[in-house]
Amino acid sequence: MKLTGAQILIKMIKSQGVDTIFGYPGGATIDIHDELARHPDLRHILVRHEQGAVHAADGYSRAHDCVGVALVTSGPGATNTVTGIASAHTDSIPMVVFTGQVPTALIGNDAFQEVDIVGITRPCTKHNYLVKDPNKLAATIQEAFHIARSGRPGPVLVDLPKDILQAQIEFEMPKETALRSYKPNYTPNKKQLAKAVTMLKEAKRPVIFAGGGVILSRASKELTSIAKLAKIPVTGSLMGLGAFPGSHSLWLGMLGMHGTFRANMSIGTSDLIIAAGVRFDDRVTGNVKKFAPNAKIIQIDIDPTSIHKNIPVQCPIVGDCKTALAGILDLMEKEDPKDLTIDRGPWLDQIAQWKHTTPLKYEQGPEVIKPQFVVEKLYEATEGKAIITTEVGQNQMWAAQFYHFDKPNHFITSGGLGVMGFGLPAAIGAKAACPDKMVVDIAGDGSIQMNIQELMTAIESKLDVKIVILNNRFLGMVRQWQEFFYDKAYASTNMENAPDFVLLAQAYGAKGFRCDDPAKVEQTLKLGLETPGTVIMEFLVEREESVYPMVPAGGAITEMLLV
Amino acid sequence: MKTNRYLLSILVDDEPGVLSRIAGLFSGRGFNIDSLSVATTADPNVSRITMVTNCDAQIIEQIKKHLHKLINVITVNDLTEKKYVERQLALIKVHAKPEKRAEILRIVDIFRCKIVHIGHSHYIIEMSGNNEKHEAFISLLQPMGIVEIASTGSIALARENGK
Repeated sequence: MKLTGAQILIKMIKSQGVDTIFGYPGGATIDIHDELARHPDLRHILVRHEQGAVHAADGYSRAHDCVGVALVTSGPGATNTVTGIASAHTDSIPMVVFTGQVPTALIGNDAFQEVDIVGITRPCTKHNYLVKDPNKLAATIQEAFHIARSGRPGPVLVDLPKDILQAQIEFEMPKETALRSYKPNYTPNKKQLAKAVTMLKEAKRPVIFAGGGVILSRASKELTSIAKLAKIPVTGSLMGLGAFPGSHSLWLGMLGMHGTFRANMSIGTSDLIIAAGVRFDDRVTGNVKKFAPNAKIIQIDIDPTSIHKNIPVQCPIVGDCKTALAGILDLMEKEDPKDLTIDRGPWLDQIAQWKHTTPLKYEQGPEVIKPQFVVEKLYEATEGKAIITTEVGQNQMWAAQFYHFDKPNHFITSGGLGVMGFGLPAAIGAKAACPDKMVVDIAGDGSIQMNIQELMTAIESKLDVKIVILNNRFLGMVRQWQEFFYDKAYASTNMENAPDFVLLAQAYGAKGFRCDDPAKVEQTLKLGLETPGTVIMEFLVEREESVYPMVPAGGAITEMLLV
Repeated sequence: MKTNRYLLSILVDDEPGVLSRIAGLFSGRGFNIDSLSVATTADPNVSRITMVTNCDAQIIEQIKKHLHKLINVITVNDLTEKKYVERQLALIKVHAKPEKRAEILRIVDIFRCKIVHIGHSHYIIEMSGNNEKHEAFISLLQPMGIVEIASTGSIALARENGK
């Protein structure tokens, strides 16, 4: 049977189990959208900006634990995806982005809406393709999904010239993808697993450090069992929040620049760190030379480049986190439980003491709302069960500190790249993936304006998201740095000139509520969360509140600025 | 950290953009390429890239891992610590003043090179050899007055299969 390139594309997308794509049409992709209209079982969510499509695919991927898909046109449509692709690349999010391209005969001619998107995205994709032969289209799409979801996941871009989409060819389902040059290693070395258990038995002050890799490999259960069995306290990177229950007594809170006092001190004091699915980002390590000076490190990662990159590791384990942690757990279960918890009492007492003396704190007075208070009340109002997305900056850090995630796939944030404008489209994607869940974007007044147009997407597609704006009329995180390190010279960070967010919500057809009274925070949250449809809840908060603790850039993580 | 000269032999899929992926990896991560040679192998779908880089031991580990991570890279073989044959080809245009011609011919002879062109005022010499021979030869010709040099990067093969 002869099919067009566009028909093959849709057939192949469906064959990968995809039921939702986020897109925006253009001249180069008309054929695809024309065909899509005949496939009601493949939902196309029309965004209002291509960046939104990619972030939405990212949110969808993380909430649903699958490959996200975005579809955009050539030229500016393609370049608008770059930020979203780079964010997904840094956070290892499986995603396939389809871009339209000018007809193959015009490539290289500086044609209308032509860019070399394969060249542009080479460093920020896991892999990318320009399809030049319609006979290779189906196999290429299958390969793209395979690469996106396997090994260390990541975004893959497929560039589709218009003549390829229009070509009519005999369709044959491709054979299973087998690449001689790409065979990720999932199985960890058994000797290394045994070595890890030996190191664990010798450790007196162990800490588990969980990252996004634990969530991506669905290894939370194994990680949690290890922690409980050997009474090992657990900290996480921003990307690792939810990998271990945030309400458990062994949970230390987040690690790093805005980590909790006890998490940072634990790492500084620890004699053994079991790092799973982390890459020791600079926001986590602070000064690498002073990072965990007393600790041996076991590092589990599927990507060998993550190992020994920033931090020397004594026991590297290359492989899938879930398989490796399950292997370690198996070996531990054969040991006498007493041998696994030697001297754990004093260590846990020390941690409890740090928690007691220096908890995360703020003081909510009667006059002005504290942003942390809003997040804490949101946590209570949603019983910790909402999917939370964030923008980037203070809002993101307060969300990470004061909303306690008990489950993976519930905290969706642009961790590595730090993209402002991520939260709203990501929330829309998460809602599309999990229609029965409450999805809340914790936003700042600055970043919400970066992709505010996606309100229309939420409303049109009936993807009800709740947006909590912590409005301090500043670009708060930059202002905080200016306060600490630039003599309070608040250059270019004042955001007093802002739209009326309540009226703005109404203009889009959403609901808007504003609150400036600490006594009415809970009431406003309740109202906003219970009101059907997409809702903005704007909280006018303390203007010059800062995120604490803070490790100044380049400092040791145990040297924190505290409130 | 102490830097060393490393010689990598990399087999890649012969596809458009592969060289760009490798070059981009080096520029994007601040790694250094001293020389690079690319050509197809006996298998028309596979190209061999021979690369020389100067860096420390930790960086070469990262380079090898990152190269291997590229989807189109089939194998990365570090020849540095192995037994291998290495060659570079160079064409060297050198001033041939009458009083220096005999000396140039002597050096060319000792190094088993060839004069491939004789002009009124210069010779062009073809030389092939490993990096050390290359450097030694150039330094001896330097006093004669080198006009210009065109040189390939190193190419190399391991002496034993699979070692």
